[in-house]
Amino acid sequence: MKPDLWQLYKQMLRSRLFEEAVKRLWEAGKISGEMHLGIGEEAIAAGVISHLVEGDALALDHRGTPPLLMRGVDPLSILRELLGYPDGLCGGMGGHMHLFSPAHLAASSGIVGASGPAAVGFAIAAQQLRPGTVSVAFFGEGAANQGMMMESMNLAAAWKLPLLFVCKDNQWSITTVSEETTAGDLISRARSFGMPAIELDGNDVEAVWNAAGQAIADARNGLGPSFLYAQCSRPEGHLLGDMLLRLAERPLSLEMGRVLRWQVNSFLRRKGAPIRARATSARTIAALMAKVRGSRSAVAPDPVARLHQSLSTEGQRMAELTGEVVGEIEQILESALIPA
Amino acid sequence: MKILSFAQAIEDAVNQAMADDPTVIIFGEDIHMIRRNLFLRFGGDRVRSTPISEASFVGAAVSASMAGLRPIVEVMLVDFIGVAMDALLNHAAKVETFSGGKWKAPLVVRAACGGGYGDGGQHQQTLWGWLAHIPGLSVVVPSTPADAGGLMLAAIEHDGPVIFLEHKMLADYWLDFMGAGNRKTVQFDVPPAGASGPVPATWQPTPLGKAAIRRQGDDLTIISIGVGVHRALEAADALAQQGVYASVIDLRTVAPLDKATICEMSAATGSVLVVDEDYEQFGLSGELAAVILEAGIPIKYRRVCTQETIPYARHLEDQILPNKQRIIDAALELSIG
Repeated sequence: MKPDLWQLYKQMLRSRLFEEAVKRLWEAGKISGEMHLGIGEEAIAAGVISHLVEGDALALDHRGTPPLLMRGVDPLSILRELLGYPDGLCGGMGGHMHLFSPAHLAASSGIVGASGPAAVGFAIAAQQLRPGTVSVAFFGEGAANQGMMMESMNLAAAWKLPLLFVCKDNQWSITTVSEETTAGDLISRARSFGMPAIELDGNDVEAVWNAAGQAIADARNGLGPSFLYAQCSRPEGHLLGDMLLRLAERPLSLEMGRVLRWQVNSFLRRKGAPIRARATSARTIAALMAKVRGSRSAVAPDPVARLHQSLSTEGQRMAELTGEVVGEIEQILESALIPA
Repeated sequence: MKILSFAQAIEDAVNQAMADDPTVIIFGEDIHMIRRNLFLRFGGDRVRSTPISEASFVGAAVSASMAGLRPIVEVMLVDFIGVAMDALLNHAAKVETFSGGKWKAPLVVRAACGGGYGDGGQHQQTLWGWLAHIPGLSVVVPSTPADAGGLMLAAIEHDGPVIFLEHKMLADYWLDFMGAGNRKTVQFDVPPAGASGPVPATWQPTPLGKAAIRRQGDDLTIISIGVGVHRALEAADALAQQGVYASVIDLRTVAPLDKATICEMSAATGSVLVVDEDYEQFGLSGELAAVILEAGIPIKYRRVCTQETIPYARHLEDQILPNKQRIIDAALELSIG
């Protein structure tokens, strides 16, 4: 089997443009609170979601918008939800971290790791009520350190549940480098539960599609859960307005000057750790800023750009598809802004 | 007299405690960023970033405190305490009793709480009544910079577990992190007297379980905590213009509760209005009524609380959370009825 790369690209581009529109609305103050975008995760979402059929369930984290769009949830109702309208997907009660679509058996949570147990429950229901269907958990590598996630992996494997764990590794647990707070490696961790674990490049949609296809087929056939471990990036930071990103990109701004002055004062204060320990702290913060800048650089991997490049040999088709998606998003945006 | 923001006051007090007592350590998620000033001064051994594993690291804070440290453990938002609840409910709260009073768990659990910036019902709860329900836990909720620092110092020095909650409408960095994100396009109802104010040059602990009387009036007694105190004071100003004079009590700590002040002030007016951002049912507001009635004080009673899951949409949220108008309406009902 070969994936329909054009169809996958369309889904990814749609998600990217949708979330870029969300970003603009958030910046304009029309969307409140935090905003965690799934920009950088599109290939993982598309490669997995394209294998799902009616009756399959989705347990999502705080970056649930791309999977929901790709699963077929009405984009306008998502956007109107983010804008807080009563005719939004959840009546304005949920917001982007708490998007629910019962028709798609899709539920989100802003509690890190919560998609693990949720997917287990969906998988039990699949086994009992809808044989042949599966459940999918999307989560980050930071969530892999939650007890409830490890307990869920154990439960899913012990009960041979029809479940796919999809771990999106963007290397960051909020502003902590995940590597520094994670012992061992997640592939071995998953395998220790006796389930197949596949490591792949989450910017390569074809690789995701292939691996997810096999794992989901196995789950449908009663062979139990699998673990997909996909590297990806997080160019927009943990959330829009990410403090670390601001610090890294504009260290000399007025706002950051104030922040830095406090830091320097703290560094110099009497009583406290020996100078060597303080210097280590300072180096840690500097290294974080450098890492953030790296993830924002022009050469950082971008799943949408990558697929665009490999498909753009067919220039005419690409132009038509792009025009179609841009038009759709523009129309959604226009309709979304009409007051309730 | 120096002026500090609410957040700076807490950090100032923590600085003082950490400089004075090497057993005070901090750990929690993202601490190297959230507490980077402390990280730079006290180093990575005493200021540690954890994985996102609340059940484990809050549980570890309990036993670390039993073994000689004084941890301040941070779970970012009080909503996330759910993941770590067993450590508090079945362990931190019980150590002293189970050991026949021989072993104590002197830890502080620090978390941001509260709503008013449109982030939905999983990130904006207050939960102080729910936590204070458990015998063995102290719960403090400051409303001014001076109390924030003083109560933090008291919490660190206390020989049992203390939950320290800082409201996001008062702690500017939390509001920026969760609500503004460096945007100039969004507005919040931040009470100025809570966000910044005078603090002492050297911190002294503000005693746990001692309420503060923020305003005196003869017609009714408003009892509140956290941001609710500021909303109540705004409402009391408006009520005074209509000839209704309210006292406003700032509880400052939910547990232990300052029953003496509550009863004395309630008896003085005979009318009690509780303003509580926490959930209405089975919580602080009902507890206050019970305390007053058990003391044999006949009162008229109303409450303005959060009655349901906090909606995401700002305009819906604004109606659900206690606001000035709801307080005024309830106070007028009390004084007329």
